[in-house]
Amino acid sequence: MGEMPVVPEPAALPWWWALLLPVLLGVGTWLALVGDAVCSGERAAFAVPGREAARLLVGQRRRTVAGDTVLGRIGGGVLPVAALLAAAVLPLGERPVADLSVGVVWFNAMEVLAWAAVWMVGWGANSALGLVGGYRFVAQGLAYELPHMFAIITAALGAASLRLTTIVDAQQDLWFVAIMPVAFVVYLVSAAAMAFWGPFDAPVGRDVAGGAAVELSGVDRLVFAGGRWLLLVVAAAMAVPLFLGGGAGPLLPAWAWVAVKTAAVLALLLWLRHRFPTVRMDRYVEFAWVVLIPLAIAQALAVALVVLGGA
Amino acid sequence: MEVVLFWALAAAALVFGYLVFRLDSMAQVTFALLASFLAVAGLVLLLGLGYLGVVIALMMVIEMVIMAVFMIMFMMNPAGLMPMTMVHNKVGSAVIAIGTFVALVTGILLVDWPAREGAPPPDPTFALGEALMGGQMLTMMTLGVGLFATIVATVVLSTDRGRYGDER
Repeated sequence: MGEMPVVPEPAALPWWWALLLPVLLGVGTWLALVGDAVCSGERAAFAVPGREAARLLVGQRRRTVAGDTVLGRIGGGVLPVAALLAAAVLPLGERPVADLSVGVVWFNAMEVLAWAAVWMVGWGANSALGLVGGYRFVAQGLAYELPHMFAIITAALGAASLRLTTIVDAQQDLWFVAIMPVAFVVYLVSAAAMAFWGPFDAPVGRDVAGGAAVELSGVDRLVFAGGRWLLLVVAAAMAVPLFLGGGAGPLLPAWAWVAVKTAAVLALLLWLRHRFPTVRMDRYVEFAWVVLIPLAIAQALAVALVVLGGA
Repeated sequence: MEVVLFWALAAAALVFGYLVFRLDSMAQVTFALLASFLAVAGLVLLLGLGYLGVVIALMMVIEMVIMAVFMIMFMMNPAGLMPMTMVHNKVGSAVIAIGTFVALVTGILLVDWPAREGAPPPDPTFALGEALMGGQMLTMMTLGVGLFATIVATVVLSTDRGRYGDER
């Protein structure tokens, strides 16, 4: 029988940070959008997100015949809410807004809500192309989620804890990216996939005229697209406490290092999107099942042996 | 606070469970069921079982989304554009459902519950893991590997090529 580990005191930020979190996340997403506009070579890149948001805000909402408005609206709203809830366990500097003892699992649970959300949006419009987009995401869901789950759990395994602050503390000597590089790469790829982003944008792809989002306009599109970006930013930011040592670094304070590392991961994901075209879905599903999942399991096994050897 | 949350979640679980039989769209029914399960996950969280509660939420979202696909695939009127009833033998099923509910509630109210002895462990997640993986390690590992092999085998067999490659 193992020793019951000492339960650390939750080290959460004061409650009013919960109000500040959406603002912080919004600013981060805005900067990411500007970066994306720069990558696309648009002029006046700083104005692009604001201009687009204003255009969508004054735009008219499209109604479709016999659509399922209830599910469609709920689906669109779930995306940003899930991203925000996932961000609650994210250490902003040294402490998160909510220091849950099962933070890693909470993060993943909020991420998979996107699954349901995209399907609901695709379904809600009562449009064939929208439905195709929604089903695309669901069909690939397991191929995205399983490698993702194994990558996340490998980091938790390395720290022997599901609490994010403990995972960060465990990386004081050596960042997990050095111990588990495969898990890090798998995490990055599947994080982009979970936000149906970059090479994985088949659910909202051009070949189906925008897929799940085909009938969205005005505020609905703003909420959906914004939620998707928030999800990407949160998933990129989560790589920092999981693999990149959290706020550890010389000279700068912890929060600045978190920001710098998050920006670096986001830049990598942005580059990925501009460098690679949409991956064919059947190819990626096969790759995920035949290559990524075995690799991720082998990585978890290696880390487990290291942990057992060290104890 | 906890009492209020308990009653709110319990009511939500019941109402959404009831809606499963009242709504006439397969998609809405699926997500009403999901909402009911999420309320139950909230109740488990209230018990102080963080891991179990969050895992229920995680698993139920995945399961219900997959189930939506299958339910709609096999339904005669998937979109619910025409009103349809979700139950066959309406009177019978209502009697069974309400009867079970009443019987369970009477049981809960009538049983002389013992007072709690001992205290919860400091880390319920660890205790759960030890209970599952300590004495029952072999069972759980066999189960886990067996389940995973089943998933992989099913996927392999259901791909277009099957297990024999391109030649058919």
